[in-house]
Amino acid sequence: MAQTTMLEGIRQALFEEMERDPAVVCIGEDIGVYGGAFKVTAGLLERFGWERVIDTPISETAIIGAACGMSYLGLRPVCELQFVDFIACCFNQLTNFVAKSFYLWGAPVPMVVRAPSGGGVHGGPFHSQNPEMYFAHTPGLKVVYPSTPYDAKGLMKSAIRDNNPVLFFEHKFLYRRIKDEIPEGEYTVPIGKAAIRREGRDLTLVTYAAMAHTCMDAAAELAKEGIEAEVLDLRTIQPLDKDSILASVKKTNRLLVVHEDTRFGGVAGEIAAIVFENAFDDLDAPVRRVTSLDTPVPYSPPLEERFLPQLKDVVVAARELARY
Amino acid sequence: MTQSTTTVTPEQQLDLYRYMLLDRIVEDTMTKLFRQNKIVGGLYSSLGQEAISVGTTYALEKRDWIAPMIRNIGGLLVKGVHPRDIFTQHMARYTSPTLGKDGTSHFGDLKNLHIVSPISMLGDLIPVMTGVAMAGRYLGQNIVALTWIGDGGTSTGAFHEGLNLAAQQRAPLLLVIENNQWAYSTPVSRQVPIEHLADRAKAYGCRAFIVDGNDVEAVYTTSREAVRLCRAGEGPIVLEAKTMRMLGHAQHDPAEYVPKEMFDYWKRRDPIDSYEKRLTAAGVLTAKKKAEILNGINAVVQEDLAFAESSPFPPPELADTAIYHEGPLPIEPQWQRPVAEVRPPRSSVKSEWRVSGNGEIKTSDGNSDAGVGARHAVPLPSATGDAEGNGAKRSASKRPAKSAARSRGRK
Repeated sequence: MAQTTMLEGIRQALFEEMERDPAVVCIGEDIGVYGGAFKVTAGLLERFGWERVIDTPISETAIIGAACGMSYLGLRPVCELQFVDFIACCFNQLTNFVAKSFYLWGAPVPMVVRAPSGGGVHGGPFHSQNPEMYFAHTPGLKVVYPSTPYDAKGLMKSAIRDNNPVLFFEHKFLYRRIKDEIPEGEYTVPIGKAAIRREGRDLTLVTYAAMAHTCMDAAAELAKEGIEAEVLDLRTIQPLDKDSILASVKKTNRLLVVHEDTRFGGVAGEIAAIVFENAFDDLDAPVRRVTSLDTPVPYSPPLEERFLPQLKDVVVAARELARY
Repeated sequence: MTQSTTTVTPEQQLDLYRYMLLDRIVEDTMTKLFRQNKIVGGLYSSLGQEAISVGTTYALEKRDWIAPMIRNIGGLLVKGVHPRDIFTQHMARYTSPTLGKDGTSHFGDLKNLHIVSPISMLGDLIPVMTGVAMAGRYLGQNIVALTWIGDGGTSTGAFHEGLNLAAQQRAPLLLVIENNQWAYSTPVSRQVPIEHLADRAKAYGCRAFIVDGNDVEAVYTTSREAVRLCRAGEGPIVLEAKTMRMLGHAQHDPAEYVPKEMFDYWKRRDPIDSYEKRLTAAGVLTAKKKAEILNGINAVVQEDLAFAESSPFPPPELADTAIYHEGPLPIEPQWQRPVAEVRPPRSSVKSEWRVSGNGEIKTSDGNSDAGVGARHAVPLPSATGDAEGNGAKRSASKRPAKSAARSRGRK
């Protein structure tokens, strides 16, 4: 067991999967000699060579398209987008070509698109976004968004072995801030399964990515007041682990959904609808949401701080809900 | 055995003729179906463009891959698709390759025929087929990936991103620009300020040919040369085939915006009529042979049409099935090189760029001059998979023989 960052966990997963399976190749901008903008792919070129660690021109559409074509011959490409914000540049290739390939003509696309995402690092409006819902809304894509180094490594392995296109969001705020004990040997974490991070009986906090840590801090605060919050980390947005959400709500009877994505059309609204449709009678309070503002991600620290959900926002909303 | 780049055997000539005729008869049959309201969606015609789909695809081998556009039915037929698949696709039947989930030529076959299905957004196939070409090279298959783009599609971002990546990777991609003069209702001259779309290839440092798209033999022999170059590591190759879309964008469009004399001009240059005359004059096509070919085509088409017409529509429950794939992949990597080459330690390299000449400013004549329009020599990949090599290990360094067609682009 070693203390490992999320970044290192992802790098280990790439390394081990490339070691295990020669069908796994990496493709992206500055991933080879430079080792990636965040150094996630550092060392891969040296070990696996030019044919398997492919530095491309600045061409997101070409990266996604080429990876899709490679997958048709049985390869398992892992694409890096330098920042997930640039996924907008290849939206068509992903949502119309990659996502629909299996449904329409039976051609699976076993590829991974991994990308640093999320705010809190003052990256400004084009280096801080959380665009997961565009893709969670697109049938055919899987969307994974881990919050811990252990999960990031295990989910990356599952994503590479999955026979569907998987979008793998890597919250850049967490890259080096969170450390985990990661076992030496082989393990995977299944896609589509949420994890209970903390058990509680008074209300459920459903969350993912960086907000999972905010929610854990909030739960600790709330516990001091005698409120026992259950924290459910989704880990995967698509397919959504509805069973775990409903089971927790049936236990606590109160639901607060917390995410860093903006509010309108965020996954919180979808989760609220699922709970209303399936567990209305179990609710003792309205479902509440704590999310980012419905604005672009602003640059200046006080503005970004106001944009992002803060610990106190979660605590206040949870407290109100617990006392409803 | 060496073959001149322009030699086409009588058997090949009859094949080319037969495939073009098959294409036309299949599409004529669909026009009738459309008028009988049996085609569910739109119907797009390749009337007058048959020589391009047929001539280019005919230059491929079975192991090679194609990705058609909507007017490349001829390419599908040459690759081995049966007319019944084309009929059932257009009629949205359960027996179609997509089971009714998509229509027209939007279907593929990974396993046997190596066909990638198109989508309606033009240009997207170019990066995808670049990936097919790269994967084929990685696996040691020595395949060529062929796709087509229209004159209109050459203005999309995906065209440029895809061609640039293909060129940077020296991928064995044959990109055919089917210049049929019209992007829906807009003539080429109002889309791009250049005469030859093949000139776009120059900017990416790849070779291009221009060919008369209504001359099936010219298309075939030029494609054959392009395929040879791709296999020799000299890809990608751009081939502009000049032709004319002889109907509207689709059946709903009477194409009244096309000057009548333009249609008249191109009607005289019909690829099938002119080839028929040529083969008849050469004694390759006799009346008996022609009847034999026609009878063969009609028998297949009638049988497949009956099959399609008697096919059911899909059950509604099919709509929400197979969104995600569970189970093994239909196609596992077919390694045709030692896998050890891509595994450590043999895959391991020194991780550093080699930049020749320190980025010194040069013109093509070697004088240092930063003047506007200074031409820059395109660096060829070395044979060692180094920083400029992109793993193109098998690329041949010798220059190709001059083709019968006019060679454009890098000189």
